[in-house]
Amino acid sequence: MHYISLAVETIFINNIVLAYFLGMCSFLACSKKVETSFGLGMAVICVLTLTVPFNWFIQTYFLRDGALAWTGIEALASLDLSFLNLICFIAVIASTVQLVEMVLDRFFPRLYTSLGIFLPLITVNCSILGGSLFMVERHYNFAESAVFGFSAGAGFALAIVSLAAVRKKIRYSQIPPGLQGLGMTMILTGLMSMAFMCFAGIDL
Amino acid sequence: MGARTKIVTDPLSDNNPITIQVLGICSALAITIQVENAFVMACALTFVLTSSNVIISLLRKLIPGRIRMIVEISIIAALVVLVDQTLRAFFFELSRQLSIFVALIITNCIVMGRAEAFATQHPPGPSLLDGLGNSIGYSVIIILVATGREILGSGTWYGIRVLPEAYMGNGLAVLAPGAFLILGIIIWIQRTATSNFKDD
Repeated sequence: MHYISLAVETIFINNIVLAYFLGMCSFLACSKKVETSFGLGMAVICVLTLTVPFNWFIQTYFLRDGALAWTGIEALASLDLSFLNLICFIAVIASTVQLVEMVLDRFFPRLYTSLGIFLPLITVNCSILGGSLFMVERHYNFAESAVFGFSAGAGFALAIVSLAAVRKKIRYSQIPPGLQGLGMTMILTGLMSMAFMCFAGIDL
Repeated sequence: MGARTKIVTDPLSDNNPITIQVLGICSALAITIQVENAFVMACALTFVLTSSNVIISLLRKLIPGRIRMIVEISIIAALVVLVDQTLRAFFFELSRQLSIFVALIITNCIVMGRAEAFATQHPPGPSLLDGLGNSIGYSVIIILVATGREILGSGTWYGIRVLPEAYMGNGLAVLAPGAFLILGIIIWIQRTATSNFKDD
């Protein structure tokens, strides 16, 4: 039950895009078509579900203050390597993305071609690094970080697919010239974010 | 206007990183609840962007094309760790408020975008100017957004009260939707003023 409530909270109440502004760049750039936004959403779910637990593992057993105590060596037990967090996380993310790319290319070539350029670009999507950093800041355990990774990705996918659908609807609307494109998208996102705030207070 | 001056002034309005190039939106929205936070973030980004531009431009002939991205991201990550640790050591309270967003400068698309688009093709001098210009363009926008949010949200500017005590403070401006709406309106004004209309 605790995990379901964490998932609902991450997808709806603390949506990674609409409440924490993470992954805005790709959120704005790839939301013109529903199909591409769906592909990107799936790729983000995939990479977040893998990287957050993996980074949890690295952080807990290698980088955290006193994390190396399991080695049994006195000098290592008191070591605090947490300043290496950032560099290790980004390396893990880059290699996971590469790995996912290779696996998809080998076993699911159709999905691979439909994702195209988005897969490598996920490395520099801040929602991925942000997911891992939130995991550290909120002291999740292993199962929690796996649930958090998956539901943060699902929240991103939900938000980007709905924005793409709304943008498709307004394509022929009369919008003042300065507001076309980015300006209107920002305001739409604001309205969506307001709508998502209604979920606040749901407690399972 | 000389070519060098143009590198600095271009990103201020005609080619602004946030409103025209659409880079680095995440941090522009997240840390703009108070002007003070936005100011610190602007300084951090200025340091990282200018130094990464210079370093990458110095190394541009040595970096092999295939592993270019990884080299660039390691340089940027190292610079961000420097900033993050400095903030933690000397301004602990501020770094707690900015939470993960200083670390997220690594994946801030402005830094990567300018490295790719400018520093890999130009010598260090112009790259330095380009870094400075884009940082200033970014800073102006985030400080404007933060000004709007802080005045509407709590009636203060940089912690100084500007609206009378009777002003209740509009909660919406402090929350996420306020950031989106205010940035949307700033983009609207900026694009109308410069007649830079494009449908992206």
